[in-house]
Amino acid sequence: MYELKFKEKVCATCPSSDCLLKCQYMSFTGHPEAHGEMMKVVKGKDSRVLNECVTCYACEEYCTRGNHPFYLISERREEKGMFTAPRPITNQWINMTAMQGKYLAGDVKDKALSCCYIPDLGPLGSGEIFKDVASAGVFGAEFMCPAVHTHFARMSVIKERLPVVIENYRKLGVKEVICLHDECYGTLTSIASAYGMEVPFKPVYYMDYLFERMKELKDKIKPLGITVAYQRPCSNRLIPDKLPLVKKIFKLIGVKAPKRLYQDENALCCAEILRSVSGYKLADDVQKRNIDDMLKAGAEYCVFNCPACQSSLSEKVSKRGLKPVHIIDLCKMAIGEKGREAVL
Amino acid sequence: MSDILKSLIEIVGERGVSNAPEELWFYSRDPGVLAPHKPDYVVAPKTTEEVQKIVQLAGRENIPVVPMGNGMSLAGLVIPLKGGIVLDMKRMNKILEVNAMGRYAVLEGGTSQGMLKAYLQKNHPTLRHSLPDAPPTTTIAANVALHGQGRLTNQYGFNSDMVTGLEVVLPTGEICRIGSPSIGPYWFSKGPTLPDLSGLFLGWLGCTGIITKVGLKLFPNKKFRDVELFVTDRVDLVPTMLYKLTHLEILEDVNVWFQPKPLMFLGNYHITMFFTGDTEEEIEFKRKMIWDALQEFMDSKDGGFMSVQYMKSALLEMPGRTIADFADVPKGGGFEYSGPIALIEHYPKYAAKVVELAEKYNVLYASAARLISGGHCMMFSISFAFNRNDPAMMARVEKALTEAMTFALDMGGVPWKPNFKEQKMVMQRMEPNALKLLLMIKKNLDPQGIMNPGNWEVTP
Repeated sequence: MYELKFKEKVCATCPSSDCLLKCQYMSFTGHPEAHGEMMKVVKGKDSRVLNECVTCYACEEYCTRGNHPFYLISERREEKGMFTAPRPITNQWINMTAMQGKYLAGDVKDKALSCCYIPDLGPLGSGEIFKDVASAGVFGAEFMCPAVHTHFARMSVIKERLPVVIENYRKLGVKEVICLHDECYGTLTSIASAYGMEVPFKPVYYMDYLFERMKELKDKIKPLGITVAYQRPCSNRLIPDKLPLVKKIFKLIGVKAPKRLYQDENALCCAEILRSVSGYKLADDVQKRNIDDMLKAGAEYCVFNCPACQSSLSEKVSKRGLKPVHIIDLCKMAIGEKGREAVL
Repeated sequence: MSDILKSLIEIVGERGVSNAPEELWFYSRDPGVLAPHKPDYVVAPKTTEEVQKIVQLAGRENIPVVPMGNGMSLAGLVIPLKGGIVLDMKRMNKILEVNAMGRYAVLEGGTSQGMLKAYLQKNHPTLRHSLPDAPPTTTIAANVALHGQGRLTNQYGFNSDMVTGLEVVLPTGEICRIGSPSIGPYWFSKGPTLPDLSGLFLGWLGCTGIITKVGLKLFPNKKFRDVELFVTDRVDLVPTMLYKLTHLEILEDVNVWFQPKPLMFLGNYHITMFFTGDTEEEIEFKRKMIWDALQEFMDSKDGGFMSVQYMKSALLEMPGRTIADFADVPKGGGFEYSGPIALIEHYPKYAAKVVELAEKYNVLYASAARLISGGHCMMFSISFAFNRNDPAMMARVEKALTEAMTFALDMGGVPWKPNFKEQKMVMQRMEPNALKLLLMIKKNLDPQGIMNPGNWEVTP
C-alpha cells in the first residue's frame, strides 16, 4: 500500500503556519495556536482541525514548503474513523465511482483526451481546438481521478484506485494524457507524487493545451471584449503553478477579469461540497459572498474551469444576472465556433 | 355469428366489438406474473347507455363482465378469470366539466391520466390532479377504483379520497349517481353530508358496478416545483426522519426507496421530497425547513442530502419513467409488486423482508414507498423484476410476492390492489362480521355474480 510522504520536520520547523492561518473556514489566534494544532495532526492526536476542515484543498497551496497538509488531514481523519460528509453520502460516492468495466475509449494512440467520469467534458473537448485529439477521448470510472474521495477523507480509496487508473492509461500505450478535468491533472501530478506513485506517461493540463492551441488559432480570434469573474475550483489548489494560465488565456481572447476580493489564493470554492458536509448555512453564505463579489467587480460572465463548479453555481449566478460559461466554451466563442447566446 | 356477438354489435356497432383471437390474446393478460385467461368478447362502449345495455345483456345471458381501464394494474385485476366480456372503457374519454372555482373535474370513465393532465395544462394551468406513477394511458376511474395513489397523496390522501362524485352502472343495469350529483347538478362531494355510498364501489375493483363518470378534486398548480433527496444507511432511523418531515406539512409527495442497482444506490435508503411554491422565496424557505428538519442526522453523519442536479429533471417528471427502466434490468421487461399499506414505523421490517425474499428466490428487487395523508401510513412496494421469457423466474417472483403478502398481513398491513389469490388471503383473516357485511353488499348489488367474477368472491 502506498503511503503519504509527509515530512514531519518541515512542518515542525514551519515559521508561518500559513496552511491554517490562511484558511478561510477556520480561525486561529495566531501562529502558536495554528502551529500547535497542525502538530497535533502531524502526531496523530486529536485536533479541532480534524473536525472543522471543510475540505477546500486550499492548504495544499498555502503550504509553500512542499508538504501536503490537506492529504495529511484526510489521512488522519480516516485513521480515526471520522467522516467529513455523512456516511451514506461518502459510501455513495465510493460506489458511484467504482470501476465496473463500463468505460469508453476512442481511437487512442500516443495521446488520450481524458474526460474523467464527467459526461459534460465530452462536448467540451470537441471542435477546432481539440480536432487532433477529440477522437482519442476516454471516459469512465476506469479513467477517473479518484481525488474526490479526499473530500470524504477516504484516502484508502485513492491509494487503491489511482494505481489502477494509471495502469489503465499505461495499457492504452499513451505517452500523453490531456486532462480536461483540473482534478485529474492535480491527481496525476500532486497526489501521485505525494504517495510515490510512478506515472509512466506525461499528464498534460488542458489549459496548457488550450493556451497553445489558441495561440495557433490566433488569426481566428475575435477579442470578446467582455468582463468576467473566474471561479477557481478546489482542485486547482493542487496545481497552483498553473493558475497564471487563466489570465494568459483571458488576455489572448480579449477578456477582462477585474481584480476582486475572492480570487487567486483568496478564492472561494463553489461550496457544494460544504453543503454536503455541513448543511446549507455555510454553503449559502459562501456562495452569496462569492457572487456578490463577482457582481461588485463588474463581471458579466462567470467563467468556470470545473464542470462540478459549473453545475453547482450556474443556476445561482444566472439568477443574479451573470452568464455562466466554461473557459473552453469561452475560447470557442472567441474563434466564432460558439455563439454568445449558446452559453446562456 | 353467435347471438351474443350480434347483440353486442347492435349496442356498440361493429367497430366496438371483437372476438378475434389476436384481440382476445391481448385482453387475456396484464404485465404481471398471473396466468392469462381469455375473454369471449371485447367491447368498447362510447356512452353510459351502451354500458347499461351491455350489462343488461350480460345479466340476461348470465355472462361475466370485466370493466377495464388500461389494464396496467400488474395484479391481474382485469384478467377475465371466468371469461365473458371485457368492457374496455377507453372510448369513454371525455372531460365533461372543469369547475375551476370549485376545483373539480367531471370525467367519463375511460379518461386517461395523460388526457386530464394535458387538458389542465392547456386550459387551466393553475390546476392539477394527483398523477400516479403509472403510464399516462392508465385511466382515472380505474385508479380511484383500486384506491390508487399519486403525486399529491402525502398532502391529500389516496386518490380515491379525491373523488367528488360517481356515476355507476349497477350490475342490474340501473344507472346510479353517488354524492352531490345525486341531488343536484354539482359534483363537489362524493358523500358528506349524505351517507357515503362511494364505498360501495371504490376498492371493489369493478365487482359491484361500472364507473361511467367520476368527479375528481383538482388542486393548485404552483409555479415552481422542486425536489430534495436525502439518503441514509440507517434503516432504523427512516421512520423518525419521515416523522420529522411530515411534521413540516409542506411536502406534496414523499417517497422512500432503495435498490441494489445501479451501484450508486446500494446500501442506502433514499427519501425523495417534492415541494412547490409560487415564488422562489417560497421554494427556498421550504427547502431550508426541510434541511433544518433533518440537520440532526447530518450532524450525526447518519444521513445527508444528495446533490440532485443531474437527476432533477428525471425526478420531477410526472409520471416518472424510471419505474419502467427497473422492469428491464433483468431484460424481458416484466415487473410486479406487492404494495401493502403499512404503518411507517414498520418500514425497517418491510425493508429487511424485501432483501430476504430477493435472496431466497434469486430475483432482483426494488422498493419504493409512498407516504399517505401526511404520514398516517405508507404504501410499501415490494417489487421484483423478471424476464417474461423465463417462466422459472416468473414462478419465483410469484412465490416471493405471495410470501411478501403473507408477511404484510402478519404485520397488520392492508394489501393494495390485491390479486384474486391475495383477496382470499385477506378474507381468510377478516373479522367474521366484516366478511359477512362484505358478502351482504356483494350479494345485494350483484346477485348473479357477473361483475369481474373471481375477484372479491366472498364465500359464506
